[in-house]
Amino acid sequence: MSCPAPRPSRPADHPGAGRSDALFITGLGTFLASYVTLILGLLFALGSFTTPAHLLAAMASLEIRYAFRLSLVSCTLSTLVSLWIAVPAGYLLSRFRFPGRSLVDAVLDIPIVLPPLVIGLALLILFQMPPGRAIERLIPVTFAVPSVILAQFTVACAFAVRTMRVTFDQISPRSEQVALTLGCSRSQAFWLVVFPEARRGLLTAATLAWARALGEFGPILIFSGATRMRTEVLPTSVYLELSVGNIEAAAAVSLIMVIAALAVLILARLFGLRGSGLI
Amino acid sequence: MISLQNIAIRQDAFSLSGISLEIPAGQYGVLMGPTGCGKTTLVEAICGLRPIAAGRILLLDRDVTRLQPAARGVGYVPQDGSLFSLLTVREHLAFAPAVRGWTSAAIDARVEELARLLGIGHLLGRRPNGLSGGEIQRVALGRALAMRPGVLLLDEPLSALDDDTRKEMHDLLLNLRGQADVTVLHITHSRSEAQCLGDRWFELRDGKVRQIEARLP
Repeated sequence: MSCPAPRPSRPADHPGAGRSDALFITGLGTFLASYVTLILGLLFALGSFTTPAHLLAAMASLEIRYAFRLSLVSCTLSTLVSLWIAVPAGYLLSRFRFPGRSLVDAVLDIPIVLPPLVIGLALLILFQMPPGRAIERLIPVTFAVPSVILAQFTVACAFAVRTMRVTFDQISPRSEQVALTLGCSRSQAFWLVVFPEARRGLLTAATLAWARALGEFGPILIFSGATRMRTEVLPTSVYLELSVGNIEAAAAVSLIMVIAALAVLILARLFGLRGSGLI
Repeated sequence: MISLQNIAIRQDAFSLSGISLEIPAGQYGVLMGPTGCGKTTLVEAICGLRPIAAGRILLLDRDVTRLQPAARGVGYVPQDGSLFSLLTVREHLAFAPAVRGWTSAAIDARVEELARLLGIGHLLGRRPNGLSGGEIQRVALGRALAMRPGVLLLDEPLSALDDDTRKEMHDLLLNLRGQADVTVLHITHSRSEAQCLGDRWFELRDGKVRQIEARLP
């Protein structure tokens, strides 16, 4: 049995094809543009409310300079600790099947979905319990600088783990397997083959964790308090300035945070893409 | 030699059992079979990358069934080459000797020797990004041969190549067959490839391996 040859299709058969594509793409562009406009609007609002004099005045304030330094140091430390956890956690979840893996996977999402205030409250209560008190006897945590780092780490690490997990998922296990046949132990295959290939994901995880830590406020307010020159980070400064009606200073500190976050994002992009032929 | 004795592999819904196969030392065995029949799985089991539920694997008269992949001395060339994206071609060829603690003089000599054998001397400073399919397969083959393995496993090394490149690789494998003291298991779909290269032929079908005697039709 032979099939009849299909009639060749002519442009006139589908007069609406071109138009519907244009409509579809315009529709997509409209949604994208509306969100980008909102974000740029936020930055514009902050920028237009703040004069260089406000920025200078904010940076001249001892309290805000302390908050700036503490934010930089605590975010960097919490990011480093987050990566330290995220790399092995992401690799384990990506490459190994073990009992309770789905449960561990779900638990890792808890810091992402819990309200920030609840995380702060839970940390506060945890450090009132016997194990927490034992740690407090060695090193003061609650309402002190370590609590800031711990609060930032708790949330930032969950994002870092997710990112590293996806990173390792995207690296084919085949090259690692070849390395095993060539004479590597699992650990050698990881350090020689997998880890170098994960460097871009590592940078993304670090950037994400750092930016998350910089914006962390709820857990810090509860677990660290808002004591000036002690546990004050930049979001705390915004809160404290707002609470006394000093909107100009609050906006100036917010702008400093925006600039710091953008600087880290740009640096990460520059380093991440170097050698890739894209820049 | 490569000797599989009554091997069983179970992976979720997929299983192979009663798989036996024998390739004498220095011979070139070709394994054929339809897509999805488990050829790659079998190669992974020989490498030690996949556990077997029963049976024994002997390589060069040594029982390697319980050994780690690193201890089996198997050169493995996967279908897509799976090169290490950040290493240069030279570092690929030096990888196994370096991991195995060769001296740098011995490594350099081996790299030069392989580069000559495989015709990739001009690529030594390049990374995999931008290499052609044929070049990738040559580098993958060189990386597998660098440590002078007694057993070489090739998983459809020619399937993704265009006709001209396939002919070059084909000649290279023929040349290698004559030169290297290595027992080969080569997986392929192509009957002509199997006929040209093989000393003995096997077919994996419906979960069983059978040896196909004499020349293929």
